[in-house]
Amino acid sequence: MSFDFVALAPEIILTVFLCAALVVDLFLPKERKGLVMPVAFIGVLLTLAAVLNLVGDNRETLAGMFVVDQFAVLFKAVFCVAALIVFAISHDYLKEDNIHQGEYYTLLLSSLLGMLTIASSRDLIPIFVSLELISVPAFVLAGLRKSDLRSNEAALKFFLFGVLSTAIMLYGMSLIYGVTGTTNLQAISAVLTAEPVLRSISVLSIFFIIVGFGFKISAFPFQWWVPDTYEGSPVPVAAFLSVASKTAGFVGLLQIMFIAFQPLADVWRPFLAIVAVLTMTFGNLVALQQRNIIRLLAYSSIAQAGYILLPLGVASATDVGLNKQAFSASILYLLIYTFMETGAFAAAIAFGRRGGGYLVENYSGAFAKAPGLAIAMTVFLFSLAGVPPFAGWAAKLFVFLSVIAGKSLVLAVFMALNAVIALYYYAAIVKRMFGDAPKESARMPVPALLGSAIAFAATVVVVVGVMPDLFAHVASISTLF
Amino acid sequence: MDWVREWGITLAVFLPVIGIVAMMLVPKEKESIHKFLALAASGAALGMGLLVLGVYQFGASGMQLQKSLSWIPSIGARYHVGLDGIALPLFVLSLLVTFLCMIYALWHLPEPGNPKLFLALCLLLETGMTGTFIALDLILFFVFWELVLVPMYFLIGIWGGPRREYAAIKFFLYTLFGSVFMLLGFLALYFQSDVPGVGHTFDILALQQQGVLGMSIGLANLIFGGLALGFAIKVPMWPFHTWLPDAHTEAPTIGSVLLAAVLLKMGTYGFLRIAIPILPESARTFAPVIGILAAIAIIYGALNCLAQTDLKRMIAFSSVGHMGFVMLAIATMTDVGFNAAVYGMVAHGVITGMLFFLAGSIHERYHTREIPELGGMALKLPILAGLLAFSSIASLGLPGLAGFWGEVFALLSAYSPLEGLNTDIFRTLMVAGGVGTVLTAGYFLWMLQRVNLGKVSDRWKDKTFADVHPIELAAWAPLLVLTLVLGLFPSLMFDVTNDSSVNLQRQVEVTGSDAVANR
Repeated sequence: MSFDFVALAPEIILTVFLCAALVVDLFLPKERKGLVMPVAFIGVLLTLAAVLNLVGDNRETLAGMFVVDQFAVLFKAVFCVAALIVFAISHDYLKEDNIHQGEYYTLLLSSLLGMLTIASSRDLIPIFVSLELISVPAFVLAGLRKSDLRSNEAALKFFLFGVLSTAIMLYGMSLIYGVTGTTNLQAISAVLTAEPVLRSISVLSIFFIIVGFGFKISAFPFQWWVPDTYEGSPVPVAAFLSVASKTAGFVGLLQIMFIAFQPLADVWRPFLAIVAVLTMTFGNLVALQQRNIIRLLAYSSIAQAGYILLPLGVASATDVGLNKQAFSASILYLLIYTFMETGAFAAAIAFGRRGGGYLVENYSGAFAKAPGLAIAMTVFLFSLAGVPPFAGWAAKLFVFLSVIAGKSLVLAVFMALNAVIALYYYAAIVKRMFGDAPKESARMPVPALLGSAIAFAATVVVVVGVMPDLFAHVASISTLF
Repeated sequence: MDWVREWGITLAVFLPVIGIVAMMLVPKEKESIHKFLALAASGAALGMGLLVLGVYQFGASGMQLQKSLSWIPSIGARYHVGLDGIALPLFVLSLLVTFLCMIYALWHLPEPGNPKLFLALCLLLETGMTGTFIALDLILFFVFWELVLVPMYFLIGIWGGPRREYAAIKFFLYTLFGSVFMLLGFLALYFQSDVPGVGHTFDILALQQQGVLGMSIGLANLIFGGLALGFAIKVPMWPFHTWLPDAHTEAPTIGSVLLAAVLLKMGTYGFLRIAIPILPESARTFAPVIGILAAIAIIYGALNCLAQTDLKRMIAFSSVGHMGFVMLAIATMTDVGFNAAVYGMVAHGVITGMLFFLAGSIHERYHTREIPELGGMALKLPILAGLLAFSSIASLGLPGLAGFWGEVFALLSAYSPLEGLNTDIFRTLMVAGGVGTVLTAGYFLWMLQRVNLGKVSDRWKDKTFADVHPIELAAWAPLLVLTLVLGLFPSLMFDVTNDSSVNLQRQVEVTGSDAVANR
């Protein structure tokens, strides 16, 4: 078997730096453990460079299990950028919370490695291995605040649900292998097309796989672990889980559904449509009640998963053009979601540092105390709500477009109603920040790194909101069809 | 002047944004600098608007000063803007009223102050409002339309009265509810369109030419319903008006003025620019319904006004009635009706904007707006009382002042609606509208009697109030002059709007086989 080292370069570089971070940590004195972060940061930067070097390439290696195409490159780049933002928001948080930094960055890098490989996987086995590589370090990350009971609870819940879902997914995968005799996504599709007899047995497998991914992307009714895990984990880990880990889940799901199970789209389409609508409705309705910003963001991220899932609810067994549109709508939403969600978490961390903690009521009068931060938070929240001219509106627009192209006016109406409900809780926070009288609290400066991460995310959200084609163009050429 | 033709309207829309950027660079303690910057930015925008008036060819019909740039190529949405006789008056009105609000802000800003944020939001509002009136692309229209929501939400929610939170969120959710269905309608239109060589399009002009070709009547009606819901909430038409009294009552003076003078017109403009010309057949189908709702709004608004004790709330309900006249005129689908509608919009903007200014200034002096508690204002504040009398009489539609022409032509157009519409229904509506004008006169005169006339009550006897301040007068003078000039020379407006209105009627008349021939 031959190795294409160029195609594998990002993963190789990342692995080297992963080991380096672990080693550097060993030799650093306790008070200077923060120096692991630059190592990890540079590692991801170099990985990103290697990824960008692959733009426009089409490569295959490891017997077709590892593919580099536009889709893979796009998501590898997104994961790297998301990781860089998470590093930037982690640095000061870890120092102040006394979290083991060496382990933290090593685990994050391992999880990132899994994300890079899932983007390149076109086969059930690497998809499964990548998912495990993403999840297992994440279990530990969620529990890194060892002395905090909630963090332990977060890790345990995450672990139990995660393992259960993986087992169910693996069962589904083994069923489909038994039915079709292959793990390659294209080959599965070909077999299912050629032999319609096998389809009825495959339905069960599809169902199990959807359930497994449902946990990863926090779709209803598999979302119960999300709020507790996000709240208990260190906040940067929550950001990482809600963005990178969820996106990775979607990357796997989108590939399996649109490539392997495309011939059976008529079977799973209504199922996913219902799941999507329930997910967004549940997320939004429960978010209305939340008083803790992290829990609120957790429920809002559940609702967002519903929006991202919705285009799958119009997928077609025959109409490739429609699938392409639905696929790129989901991708565009994921891209934009990455920036607005990490931004919102970063801003929440900055507010938390200002002595306010994570209660929504502490956001009262934030504009008077920290105008820049309050404006950035407003940008992220309104973007999540889908108010122009912030990027989230374009994400919703493209989802609407694909849903209406699929002639599912009912789904569009459900999403429209959800957009209205969601705005209520986002706007309530914004109103609090700008309108209410500030509470007394000590002012703490925002560390430069955290501040620049927030500024970067906010800039992206505004610029893409005004010129949506910057992302929309990329999304539409990165489909797998 | 070529650059004005190319970029004039775009600059007028985005100059306020430049003002915001400049204001962001100045610390918020320097309040007078912020007031100056906001005044300068809106003044520059207004100046640009006047230059646009200079290059606009009044004799020519059709869309002018068009500019079309690539914006979101993957879905074919473009930055396509332009003006015609229907948009031009509203465009200039928005620029003028915002500028006057900035002047007024020199004199008074509501609690809790913070002119930097307040004025920046007003400028953002200006960009949204003016942008809505020039947009010729559905997505662009939607973005500007939504852009208005956020600043107005803040203006009400932060600087509003005691129930501001309730009013702000009610305004926001109500309008957003409408606008998401409007957006769904836009997207459905997009997928129904098929321009040769382009495919699907969001371009409003292209969609207008395309008409309802290839669309089933049922779908067209459904889309019209979605669009109409979004627009009707903004107007607001009865029974979607319930957000308006709360928003107006709680909003700060400047917010109320902008809301009444410009924001409401976005809804009626949406009917004229998008819903009716793109879906003329459905428009004809729905016309009687719109007409009946409009007539209900006229009567209902007037009756509510009679029952109000809060001056501002009364003016808010009078807006429901006046917008009812505008919608009645639109429902007739005739050129006379469309002319009357645009006239009514501008007149309502000028007069009701003025009334809200006055209500704010009265509140500033008396610290109450309860009509029964005021009284004898003519003795205490003769100039202010005189202005209130003048504006109220203009609002009730006295001939010779601006309010008259919009209403009389609305009623006139209802006498002979477009061929094919039920004449009996519309003539009945005309009578209802006529009754409405009587009620309107009734509540305004009754209000004047209680506020201006009578004796000064003991409560105010020993207080001294300063009469109209020069800055107030500067902010109001253009509106007062316009009220008179538009009333005396209605042709000033009708000359601008007539060609476009005739065009619009032609579009509504053309159906089925004719449309094919026209292409």
